[in-house]
Formats: sequence, C-alpha cells, structure tokens
Amino acid sequence: MIEGLVRTEYKYGFVTDVEADAAPPGLNEGIIQFISAKKQEPDWLLEWRLKAYRHWTTMKEPHWPHLKYPAVDFQDMVYYSAPRRKTDGPKSLEEVDPKLLETYEKLGIPLRERERLAGVAVDAVFDSVSVATTFKDTLAAKGVIFCSFSEAVREHPDLVRKYLGMVVPYTDNFYAALNSAVFSDGSFCFIPKGVRCPMELSTYFRINAANTGQFERTLIVAEEGAHVSYLEGCTAPMRDENQLHAAVVELIALDQAEIKYSTVQNWYPGDAEGRGGIYNFVTKRGLCRGKQSKISWTQVETGSAITWKYPSVILQGEDSVGEFYSVALTNNRQQADTGTKMVHIGKNTRSTIISKGISAGKGQNSYRGLVKIQKSATNARNFSQCDSLLIGNKCGAHTFPYIEVKNTTASVEHEATTSKIGEDQIFYCNSRGISTQDAVNMIVNGFCKEVFKELPMEFAVEAQKLLGVSLEGSVG
Amino acid sequence: MDFSMNGTERMDTKTNILEIRNLHAGVEGKQILKGVDLTLRAGEVHAIMGPNGSGKSTLSQILAGRDGYEVTEGQVLYLGKDLLEMDPEERAREGVFLAFQYPVEIPGVNTTYFLKAAANEVRKHAGQPELDAMEFLALVKEKMKILHLPEDFLKRSVNDGFSGGEKKRNEIFQMAVLEPRLAVLDETDSGLDIDALKVVAAGVNKLRRPENAQLVITHYQRLLNYIVPDFVHVLSEGRIARSGGKELALELEARGYEWVTGTELQPA
Ligand SMILES: Nc1ncnc2c1ncn2[C@@H]1O[C@H](COP(=O)(O)OP(=O)(O)O)[C@@H](O)[C@H]1O
Ligand SMILES: [Mg+2]
Repeated sequence: MIEGLVRTEYKYGFVTDVEADAAPPGLNEGIIQFISAKKQEPDWLLEWRLKAYRHWTTMKEPHWPHLKYPAVDFQDMVYYSAPRRKTDGPKSLEEVDPKLLETYEKLGIPLRERERLAGVAVDAVFDSVSVATTFKDTLAAKGVIFCSFSEAVREHPDLVRKYLGMVVPYTDNFYAALNSAVFSDGSFCFIPKGVRCPMELSTYFRINAANTGQFERTLIVAEEGAHVSYLEGCTAPMRDENQLHAAVVELIALDQAEIKYSTVQNWYPGDAEGRGGIYNFVTKRGLCRGKQSKISWTQVETGSAITWKYPSVILQGEDSVGEFYSVALTNNRQQADTGTKMVHIGKNTRSTIISKGISAGKGQNSYRGLVKIQKSATNARNFSQCDSLLIGNKCGAHTFPYIEVKNTTASVEHEATTSKIGEDQIFYCNSRGISTQDAVNMIVNGFCKEVFKELPMEFAVEAQKLLGVSLEGSVG
Repeated sequence: MDFSMNGTERMDTKTNILEIRNLHAGVEGKQILKGVDLTLRAGEVHAIMGPNGSGKSTLSQILAGRDGYEVTEGQVLYLGKDLLEMDPEERAREGVFLAFQYPVEIPGVNTTYFLKAAANEVRKHAGQPELDAMEFLALVKEKMKILHLPEDFLKRSVNDGFSGGEKKRNEIFQMAVLEPRLAVLDETDSGLDIDALKVVAAGVNKLRRPENAQLVITHYQRLLNYIVPDFVHVLSEGRIARSGGKELALELEARGYEWVTGTELQPA
C-alpha cells in the first residue's frame, strides 16, 4: 500500500515524504492525484475530480453576494491534511483556551464532548465509540447505509457513482467545482425503499466527522417511500486554522420519499474586530426526483465570518414539496448572504420559505431567494416569509427576492418585515426583573419560533442556547 | 415637608417604603422635576394628580430606572436603600413595580413565558425556589379571574395587538402576579371605559396590603372614586404644589388645575 503511494506521487511529478500527512500548499493536478491516491480511490473518481479541477480553472469566484472580504489565495492553501493525531491536539482541557471552555459550559455540553470538540486527544474508550457501534448495527438491520464518504467509495462504489454529482454537478459553481476536485471526506447515507430510518442520523455519532476537512461532501439518497431525518453540525464553536470551508451537500428523494435535513452551524466567527473566522461557502441542494417526495431544510446559522449558502430544492416530481426554514444571525463583523432556491418543475409542486435574519453589532445579513416556476409546473405554489430583526444601529439587513414565473396557474406569495429590538422593549423587560441579556434572548427566540419548531427537540434547545451565547454582549 | 397636616394622622411605627427627597431631574438638558418631596409608608395609597406635561411620567420612569433621565439633585430611598443606585431589574426584583402609561408590545414573546420569567426572577432574588410551568399556571389562572381576562390572553404575545384597555389590564394582571411591595401606576385609568376601570380598580384594591404601598398617578379624579387614596398630591411645574386627603381630588375636579398651577407651594 505504501509502495503504491510512493509510486503514484512520483508519477505525478512532485516529491512528498511518504510520512507526510499534508500536501504542500497550492492546487494542481498533482495535488488531486495525491489526494485521490491517499484515499485509494478508484480511477473513475480520480477522473471525476480531475474534470472538476479543469473546469474550476476556467471559472471565476462569484462576486454577486452582498459580502466584503479580502481575496482568497487558492494557491496558498493546503488541500490535504490527514486527520489530527493524538500528539497534535492539546493534551488535556487545561491546555485549551478558557474562553472556549466557558462557551461549551454555557451550552451545557457534557465534559467528554467538550474534550472532543476542543480537539483534545481522547483515548479509544470513549462513549460515542460504543454508541456509534450499536447505532451501526441497528441501522444495518434495516438496510440503512450510513458511513463516511471514503468508506462509501470503498464499500458501495456503484451507489456513489450513480448519485454523485446528480444534484450538484461539478460545473455548478466555483466552490462546488473546487469541492468536487479536492473533497476530503464527508457523509454518505442511503435509505432503501420503504424504510423509515429508525433514528435521527447525526454527524455527532459518526466519529470520523470531527476531523473532516474543510471540503466535505455529503450525499443522502432516500429511495421510494423512505424517510430520514439528518442532523448536521455541532453546536459548539470550532477553532479552526482553516479559513475556507467549501462543502457540498446533495439530497435525492425518490417517489414519496422524505428527507429532513437540519443544520446548526457555529463555525468560528472571528473576533469582535473581524479577525479570523471561517469563510463558509457551501452548496446544498436537494432533488425531489419522485412523485410526492419532500425535502425540508432547516438551518440555524450563527457562526462563520462569512456565510454564502443557499440550500435549495428542485421540485421535479409531481406533487413534491420543498421547505426552507432558516435562522441566520450575524454579530460583530459577521456577514451572511443566505437564502434558498425553489425550482418548480413538476405539476402541483409546493414550496415554503421561512427566513429569519438577525443582525447585531456591525453584522450584515442578507436574504437572497429565488422562486422559479417553470412552464411545466402547473398549479405550483410558493409562500415566502422573510423577516429581519435588528439589534442596535450599526448592523444591516437586506432582502433580495427573485421571482420567475413561467406558468400562469402558479401562485407565489412573498411577505417581508423588518423590526428592531427597541430600548423601550428592553426597559419594559428590565422593569419586570428580566436582565437585558435575557430580554434580548427572549425576543430573539420569539422571533425564531417558527423555525425552531421545525428542529428536532434537543436540537431546538441547543439552538436557543447558541443564539443566546452568540448574542452575548451585543446590547448594553 | 409633612403631608399629615390635613388631619390624617399617620403612625410613626410604619415602615417608610419610599422616600423622595428634594428630587431634581431632567431629560436632554431640560429640567422637569424641581424639588419633589414625597414619603409613602407601608399600607398607604397616595395619588399624584397633575396637568399633562407636569412631570408625572418622568417621576414614574425615574423610579423604575429608565435610562436617559438625569437626576441633578436629591435622593430616593426605597426601604431605606438608595433606589437610584440600583439597575432597573434589581429594583423590580426588590419589589418595585411600574404599571406603564404606555405598555410596550413585544411581538413573539409569549405572555405566560414572559411573566413566568419575571416571577421567577423575583423569587430567585428572594431565595425562593423557582416555579415550574404547572405551578405557575395555577397561580396565574387565579389572578386572571380577578381581572376578568379571557383564557387566550396567556397564549398571546406580550401586549401585541392588544387594545388600549387590554394593555392596561395586563399591567395590573402582572402586578397581581408579581405582588410588589411598591406599585407605581401611571395613568392606568386612561383609555379605560367605566366597566374596565371598575375591574382594574378592584384588582388594585385586592392588592392593597398593610405591608405594601401604592402610588397612583392620574390625570382625572374619576379613578379615585374606585381606588380611594389616603393622600392626594398635586404635581405642578415639577413640584408637589399641594397635598391633602382624598377630598383634595374632588376640589381639584371642581376648580380645575389652574387653581394650583402657578400658585406657590402652600399648605391648604
Ligand atoms: N424623553 C423626553 N425627552 C424630552 N422631553 C421629555 C421627555 N420625556 C418627557 N419630556 C418632557 O417633560 C415634560 C414632562 O413630561 P411627562 O413626565 O411625560 O409629563 P406627564 O406624565 O405629567 O404628562 C413634558 O414637557 C415632556 O414633553
Ligand atoms: Mg404621563
């Protein structure tokens, strides 16, 4: 195996110590060969990556979002770095930034979990290992496949090959092309015909997920009549040296299948002055391929310095349903340009968009949404509600709704509101014994209620706490 | 200054709940209160009357701790402690309650949730265990009856889309739940029809206790038929221009505010 690697590297013209866990900075075909070889991928996948790379070199970074940031030097980044080893991370919680620990504590994250999140090397005897094992057995009994992307490529190559890029082709956009060329790992999930997944699937339980790199790729396929609820992300801030996070998520729902995808995203947002933080450029798209299928995105976005993300649904099957529920919070100097696209192709397709943007500090929050009713989409219906909440005078909220209707039987409704947390509201709460921070949390949670109720119970609780922590110090 | 000259004897053994001494205060450089003196003892209900713009709400906001008002002179003691030193939330937890002249709408925040948070802040502060949802609901249902509030009231957002009268009733309802030691009611009667006024007044009267004090601010005498005060004060041009017993309100009603406006501070 090692010999194979050496040879591969040699062949593509640059020398890397076999022991090395990271590729040199920069991106070229050699690096892609290196990544694919490290992962012992089949030729077809390497070919696919290379095609994506070649396409990427012809593309330009998009500048249409309402975002400001210095240019990213794509040749200065490292595209492959093996998962951190025991020796890389802090040895114990004592070595971890106390501020980070304080946040974990406020979030009520169990001690063990805090260690994992902070990247503390934890021995093999760790609760979630055994949990993950039992978990896998239960799923296997139902025929559900849930594993890392790399494992899926090895164990279920036909499935991966059939569905990879079906919803987000590598030509889709700049970041999707980049991801397709260099993706390191991610999750694969397959629910066979007629199976209702017996539990909520979460990256929390998939051990490899913790160290998944900056270009992860997720693929979820629900066959006819299958149901699955997938939870993504951890609710704690991750300190991460990586600046760019460009993931791709593809969902495919066949006839009468249902996929519910919930995200609580809290990547490191940078400090109050806007130093550091993650650039989160993510392509998420679902395809309601079958009749009466349903895809529902719920996201709570509180992290990242910059968020560029539009979880979308292509409503191809007749009577299919697409939903998007979103809370996006920007504080300090965070910027978010997020929203959704609902593309109606099939007859009687329906979509609902509920977007709640919260801006505090000097945060800039933009909703960008497209509702597209194609000619074939007779009796398509959409309802969109975009609400913005401002905290303070230095932040901003923007709404960019795009509506394209090519079938006259369609009905499209758009509502938008902007409100501000007033000093009089805060004082009213204060005068009843409620602190300013609690008052803000109360108002913000009230504002987000419609979205939170879409989240699985524990996730909703965590999301609420997270908003509270993220808004700390934003008022008064 | 002593308000007991009108023949109403006060017992010196009673605790001073609120003592306002020579209070001067303003906003945005404008002087509004120019030396207010007022003492409320346990068990007493005082009314403050005065024309529009005389500074009644300014006084109530200062007592509740609203930002933006500048106290330039004088002192306010609550149960012997410096009230002006405390944060607004601390005052509330210590038992000071203001029924707002203009209650604030908080869309999205459920009334029950809001009140439960408030009640539990007070309890925590007093070292009492917090109430859980069931216990709180039982307490609240009881208080709702006093104010003839509809069932769905609890499910609505705080004051959101409430009629003027509903907002005022909600203020007294909150007061009933929080059971403050000192309640300041700022024009709770304005915007109420006579039936609502009676309900609200009955609510306030139910909360009258030997250990509490109430400061009822009103523009009209009408309310004082239902909430009968021990003392009446007239606020005019930033000062208590006249003080007396409950009959002073009737006299004011008959003679109009001009009677006291502009006149020197003098005992009746
Ligand atoms: N925030 C403020 N800024 C400027 N002027 C104010 C403010 N609040 C009150 N005032 C002024 O102070 C005076 C007293 O107002 P207020 O206390 O509301 O009187 P009342 O409640 O007796 O009608 C009025 O002239 C009013 O215009
Ligand atoms: Mg007033």
